[in-house]
Order: sequence, then structure tokens, then C-alpha cells
Amino acid sequence: MSATLTELPPDPILERRQEIQKRAAQTIGRRTLLSKIFLTVLVAAFILALVPLGSVIFALLQKGLSSISWTFLHTLPTQPSLVAQNAIGGVGNAIEGSLIIDGLAGLIAIPIAVLLGLYLAESPSRAANFLRAIIEIMTGLPSILLGVFAYEYVVVRLKSFSGLAGVVALAVLMVPVIAKASELAFRGVPATLREAGLALGARSSRVSRGVILPAAMPGVITGVLLSLARAMGETAPLLLVIGASSSWNWNPLHQMAALPLLTYNYSGSQYPSQRAAAWGVALTLVVIVMFLSLGSRLIAARMRRERH
Amino acid sequence: MRTTETDSQGSPSEVAERIRLSATSDRPYQFLLRGTALFFGAVIILFVWSVVSTAWPAVHTYTYHLLTGKSWVSGTGPYGALPLITDTLLTTLIALAIAVPVGLASALALLFLIPRKLRATGTALIELLAAVPSVVYGLWGLWYLIPWLTKTLQPFLASLTGSSWPFSGPHEGFSVLLAGIVLAIMILPTIVAISRDVIAVVPTDLIEGGLSLGATRSQVLLKVVLPSARTGILGAIALGAGRALGETIAVAMVIGSNPQIPHSLFSTGATLASTIATEFGNATGNTGSALAALALILMIITASVNAGARILTKRAGAHT
Repeated sequence: MSATLTELPPDPILERRQEIQKRAAQTIGRRTLLSKIFLTVLVAAFILALVPLGSVIFALLQKGLSSISWTFLHTLPTQPSLVAQNAIGGVGNAIEGSLIIDGLAGLIAIPIAVLLGLYLAESPSRAANFLRAIIEIMTGLPSILLGVFAYEYVVVRLKSFSGLAGVVALAVLMVPVIAKASELAFRGVPATLREAGLALGARSSRVSRGVILPAAMPGVITGVLLSLARAMGETAPLLLVIGASSSWNWNPLHQMAALPLLTYNYSGSQYPSQRAAAWGVALTLVVIVMFLSLGSRLIAARMRRERH
Repeated sequence: MRTTETDSQGSPSEVAERIRLSATSDRPYQFLLRGTALFFGAVIILFVWSVVSTAWPAVHTYTYHLLTGKSWVSGTGPYGALPLITDTLLTTLIALAIAVPVGLASALALLFLIPRKLRATGTALIELLAAVPSVVYGLWGLWYLIPWLTKTLQPFLASLTGSSWPFSGPHEGFSVLLAGIVLAIMILPTIVAISRDVIAVVPTDLIEGGLSLGATRSQVLLKVVLPSARTGILGAIALGAGRALGETIAVAMVIGSNPQIPHSLFSTGATLASTIATEFGNATGNTGSALAALALILMIITASVNAGARILTKRAGAHT
């Protein structure tokens, strides 16, 4: 019996398998240990990634809260002088300027972007695909390029820096973001809803307005608020085109102040009081930005709940 | 006849779409949609044209010296963008060197390692990192990173190489290294979010197959998960690089605004975008046009990188 077994020809596959099993068994302790170390390193790296966020939030609260007061929020800035170095005044007009510029940019961008989203979602054509690709690339372009654009077409033509130039730059910045978000939202509307509307004899414009737009509203609103939040924090394009202002100015054809730009200017100021106040301006800005981005989530979640 | 048309012209829903458009044609509405598309297309063309036409005098006067010139002096010239291009690429490389490993690790941790209950919170925190405006990162870099760099990081790095290349020079804080670190933090959310999306679509079969063969969890992550998601991860890296190349304000605040070819990571510098930001306000004559030429270079670089990134992430099937 044993004689016949030894006479069998060697089985290379079996030998190879036994060899692999032997090695795997020999190395399992080491491999498990290495694996544990590696996984710990990964989690540590993730925690490390959150350290800057914690530090930024801590800094904003610690350094920002001390400069913020009701006076800071609603009065005009004053220029500190050597005799009154701490007389920095408030940021009221910068809040006002930021809200006006962002709001007007939104008013211009939203209708264009939503129609563009409908076009991208509803017309399967080569032109639409091309436009979609261009729009996606635009969302990744540096915002300062739009500053150059607004400078050429608004500042040069009007021969003056103006809030309007900032509005134009931010509007062009917002359109691709909102259009992309609305296209996704429109595509997410079940085809049966459209077909039901059309089967009732409605024109496609009526279906878009009465069925698709309401059904896609949470997605559209999320996109709008997120782009408003992103545009609110943009400094680079405003730096090139809106100039500066230290008074209440409700006319976008004139120079305006804005929170991100004021943060930038204060951060490089020669007065320590202004450099410290940069944190107060930054905190004001971050609160508005967070309000918009959290608001977008809440509204979208609420609308989804109501529907179901 | 209808059947063959369906077969040859795409899915039933696409055909239904075409039938719908022809049957309930609604001309004013179609006109409105196409008109909007045309209008925004025209805006994009005007946008590109504004940069090209403003840059044209400088391109015409200085030709290739704009790209290869080793010195940039605003106001009087010469206008050579080589130092700016070098600094732009160097800061981006530093940012990627930090953000890619940390970002991939975070994406893996978010998907597989940290407790299930914490995953949504972790994702939200990373997204919060993306919501902070760049000027705030610049401010934070000025107040927190500069002291840390001058007191801790720069002496430590210098001690590694005995104050020679690449860690030579004074420990001033303002440097391409600092700009790279700030950029790394800013592009981290992009890299985490997108690589998380592309890693999430790696088939579970593959992962379970690896585990059932006796591979440890780290072996599966390194030899199964990452390789099968590599196209999408490359896309995520390219998108992060695109952001880093074009980031303006935060870099302008911490890099020291000194256009020179860096001789060490501690050198001050100036990137394409940061130079436009800091010089545009007091630009006269040729400088304005030369700055627009920088904008044009920046536009070409970032548009190509972004187009590449989109192709890669599309191929990987991620929803970005």
C-alpha cells in the first residue's frame, strides 16, 4: 500500500500548494502584526488630517470672539492712527457689501444656471455634452481668472472699481456649480413622473415647471446655497475688481467693502489692533458661510422628509 | 421597424426622450433652453478671450521669454515667468507629497477602519475642512504655522541635512514649504472625498476573495483595494493638484511674495496665481499685460490638469 503511494509521480501543484500553506502559516504572526501596525497608522493619519480643522476652529473662536461685539458688527471701520491705535471701528459695511455682492451674483446666476441644468439634463446632444465638459473644467479653474475677466469687461469699461465687477466675477463662478448640481437633481427625477405629465397632455415646458422642477427642488437648493457659500468666501476675484470702501455704500456701481477682502487687508496691516481684528472679520465670514452650507443641508433634508 | 430603431439608437429611455421632444415640441421652451446654453457658451468664450486679448501685447513683445525668462520684476520688467512656474509646481508637489498619503489613509479609514457610527461624522468633518474660505487658511498660516515652522519644523528639518539642501537658508517661516503645507490642508478634502468615492466602488467580491485566501487586512487594502481603484485615485490626485496650482489668496499670504527660483524649501517665492493677486492692483502699462499672460499660463495648466482629472474619474465611475 505504502509502496504504491511512493511510486506515484510527484504532483507539482500539490507541492506548490503545500509550500504556500507552509509559508503562510509561518508568516501569519508577522503579517498580522504588520497589518495591525499599518491599520493603526492609517487611522492615525486620519486623525492627523483633522488636527488643522480643530486648530482653525479653535483659533477662530479664541481670537475672533474677543473682537466681535454688537458695535463691531454694525459700525463703520475707522482708520487707526498713531495716537489711537486701537480705534478700528466695525465691519458693518463689509458685511453689507458681502451680502449685496453675493446676493446679486446669486440673482443673476440662479436663473441662468437652472435653465442650463435643464438644458444639460434634457437635450442629449453633442453640443450639450461638449458644454457639460467645458462647465466641469470651469468649476476647477482658479477664481482669480474670473477677476481678470471682470476687470477687463467691467472695471475697464466703467473706468472704476465697483461692486458690480465683483458681482459679475462671482456670478460666472457660481453658474457652473449650480448648473452641475441642478443637472444631477433633474436627472434624478424618475422618468415615470415626466411621462405621466406628458401623458396628461402637458407641454414639456409645463412638465418642467410643474413636475420636474418641484421634484428636483432639494437638489437645486442645495447647489444654490453651496455655491453662495463658496462665493461668499472668495477673495481673489474681489481683490482685483471691487476696490475698497469705508462707508455704507448701497450702489454696486461704486467701490465696495467685503468680508474676505477685509480679512486679507487686515492680516497684512501695520497696526497690531487691525491684525488681531482680522480674526473677528474671519469669524464673521465663517459664521455666514457655515450658516449657508448648513442651511442647504437642513432645507434639502426637510424637503425630502416632507415628500415622503 | 420601431424595434430596430430602438436597437440602433440607444436605450428605450433615450428613444422615449426623442419621441417626447418631437411629439410635444414646445418651441419657445426649447428656444429658451438653447438660448441660455448659447448665452453661457458666449460668456465662456468672452472669458477666455478677455485673458487672451489682455495677455496678447505681452505675448507679442516678449514671446517665449515670458516662459523661459529667469527673472520677474513687476513694473519695469523683465517679465520671465520661470521662477513663478517653478514655485507653482514646487508648492503643488509639496502639497501632494503630504496630502496624497494622508488623504488616501483617511479615505481608507473612513471606509473600512473607524467605527461605523463615527463614519458620517468623520465625512462631515472633512467636508467642513473644504467649507472654510481660503483667506482663513492664509490667516491661520500666518498666526499659527509660521511660529511653529520657525521654532520647531524648520530647525528640525535643517538638523536632518545639516542645514544644507533642501533645508538650507534662514528660518523665516514665509516659504514655499509653508505654502505647500497650507495647500496640502486645503486640497485634502478633495482628495479624501473623491478617492473615497472611487474606493467605495471596488467590488466586495475582490476584497472578500483576498481575505479568504488568507491575506491580512493591510495586504488586501494595499494589494487589492488600492490597485483596483488606481485610475480613480489618479483622478482624485489630479483634481487636488488642479486646486493647488490655482489657489491664490492663502498662498499669497504665506509664501513671501518674492519671485525667485527657489534654492531650498525654505526660500520665499511667488506662484503664478499669488503674483497676479499681489501685483494686479498697482500694475501699469506692460505689467498688466504680463500679469494677464501669467493668467493665461495658469488657465492652460489648470484646464489641462482638470480635463485629465475628469477623464480619469469618469473612467473610474465616480460621481463627482
